[in-house]
Amino acid sequence: MPELSFREAINQAIAEEMERDDSIFIVGEEVAKYQGAYKVTQGLLQKFGEQRVIDAPISESGFTGLGVGAAMVGLRPIVEVMTFNFSLVAIDQIINNAAKMRHMSGGQLKVPLVIRGPNGPAHQLAATHSQALESIFAHIPGLKVVVPGTPKDAKGLLKSAIRDDNPVIFMESEVMYGLKGEVPEGEYTIPLGKTDVKREGKDITIIAYGKMVNLAMEAAKSLSSDGIEAEVVDPMTVRPLDDEPMIESVKKTNRCIVVSEAWPFASVASEIGYRISSKAFDYLDAPVGLVTAEDVPMPYNKILEHNALPTIEKILNAANSVLYKK
Amino acid sequence: MSDYAVQTNTEEYLSLGRNKLVEMYHTMVLIRRFEESAAKAYSQQKIGGFLHLYIGQEAVAVGSIAAIHKEDYIITAYRDHGHAIARGTDPRILMAELFGKYTGSSKGKGGSMHFFDAERKMLGGHAIVGAQVPLGTGIAFKAKYRKEDAVCLTYLGDAAMNQGAFHEALNLAGLWKLPVVYIVENNMYGMGTAVERASAVTELSKRGSAYGIEGMVADGMNVFAVYDAVKEAAKKARELSLPTLLEVRTYRYRGHSMSDPDSIYRTKQEIEEEKRRDPLEQMKKFLLDEKIATQKEIDRVDEEVKQTVAECVEFAENSPEPPLESMYDDIYVQ
Repeated sequence: MPELSFREAINQAIAEEMERDDSIFIVGEEVAKYQGAYKVTQGLLQKFGEQRVIDAPISESGFTGLGVGAAMVGLRPIVEVMTFNFSLVAIDQIINNAAKMRHMSGGQLKVPLVIRGPNGPAHQLAATHSQALESIFAHIPGLKVVVPGTPKDAKGLLKSAIRDDNPVIFMESEVMYGLKGEVPEGEYTIPLGKTDVKREGKDITIIAYGKMVNLAMEAAKSLSSDGIEAEVVDPMTVRPLDDEPMIESVKKTNRCIVVSEAWPFASVASEIGYRISSKAFDYLDAPVGLVTAEDVPMPYNKILEHNALPTIEKILNAANSVLYKK
Repeated sequence: MSDYAVQTNTEEYLSLGRNKLVEMYHTMVLIRRFEESAAKAYSQQKIGGFLHLYIGQEAVAVGSIAAIHKEDYIITAYRDHGHAIARGTDPRILMAELFGKYTGSSKGKGGSMHFFDAERKMLGGHAIVGAQVPLGTGIAFKAKYRKEDAVCLTYLGDAAMNQGAFHEALNLAGLWKLPVVYIVENNMYGMGTAVERASAVTELSKRGSAYGIEGMVADGMNVFAVYDAVKEAAKKARELSLPTLLEVRTYRYRGHSMSDPDSIYRTKQEIEEEKRRDPLEQMKKFLLDEKIATQKEIDRVDEEVKQTVAECVEFAENSPEPPLESMYDDIYVQ
């Protein structure tokens, strides 16, 4: 299987889907002439022309709303936000318009829209530019929220997101764009709302998604050298959340930690923790542990920043804690 | 009576034909009686939530929609009863929606502020002030993208012009030359705040100039003035793919919503003064003066509307409540 970067995998997904369906267009800041702020849209302008690859002025509320409107009448827009930090200026369009349109119209309308871009902390960008916002979107009925952790998943899930008839929030990561991984050749899709077991193990379940999948895999390796086999479970889509494989895993391992780089309060991690606690209550040998970002706005200082995020050490400590090793 | 577009194209209006002209009058009367009836049902607590009445502004919806084709799109804010009725939605399902019934246009999930009729390209009913303006712009984008011979009428209130979403959308429409007609229904107040207390520039049509969008002004109490202006703006959108910012000066007779203590921010005298420009009376006078309809025929229209509205209420009252499990429907396309 060829190795592709996360960036290339997403680019391929967009290009393949645009080739297949001319109702798809992409709009966002610097997506066309500049070839993408993070080069994700490289070459798309040359391939599809300026009618379908459209540079927008810096006005997220305007062009996100335009995407919602175009989707209401049959187009399939991909709205790129340069980062999800900036989606906050378009939050009314996303929550009140994109998510609720179908319900509010009694099923008369649909909004086949993908809003995608990098999410989560990057390096030393401080509080406004380093935050994982998936819990906010996952809170909203009517939205689907996808947070892939590998190039292969990113490509297959994005293709499904583009074909989905619902508004999908698709969250990537600046610091993962260069990450390489095996990506199958040829056409494939990965369905939304399906949890994937990334590593099998019998002693502890580590649930992680997005960038944190890679950290969890590293932690699993480290645990393995101590004779503890961790099962790494990746929901990939955080709404709708396919919790069945998580429950099944915990029934086997009896111990569980959840890793997320978002804040802990009212979060995807706490939701997963709640579901495990209520649906696998009789199987748990320890309370579900959460390893999340610290409950603070992201500081600029490198050392503070590192310590505000989940780390291998924090994952290992949490694992040892539910294993009553320390 | 009017210091805006003067009604001079009598010949052209007559060419619309007797049926169309009487139908326009019929629709205006229907909107008014429908809403009077809704207000009554609201006071009887058969309708809940917010109820924003359009009474006084009927000429805007009727005149503008008469000037476009059935392939064109419309989208508006929360004061949306008139637009849906003018677009031809069955008023019975609209009344049922106000009553929250399962037979309503949104199966009882939308209510007064969220009327939709996808089949007639009436794309809502939107209740966050100004948030529908980017949507209407996106609908016009689709028309251009697909090379449709269609325009999107995007209605908003005067107060929505101070929202960021409005400005971002107008910049995109000006920049990308989208076939959209923004119709600002200036009824002089955003809730209780007069235009001059909210907008640094009170000649609202000029506020498009920052985005290279031509402004127009029309008398919103005169159905033909609205018709003329929208026809011209829609032609420009259709043929040249250019947006227009059309301000129509109108007036709502009732409060902002049913709970509005009307007397705090405007005088009774002002309301009575504005009622002298009543759009229904003006239209009726035109029909009689031009001998398009007799008083007897006018009376028949009034009688028919009375009957229709009674049927609407009866239909709504006799319709079932939505089943409990229906709250889970229509959240996602499966």
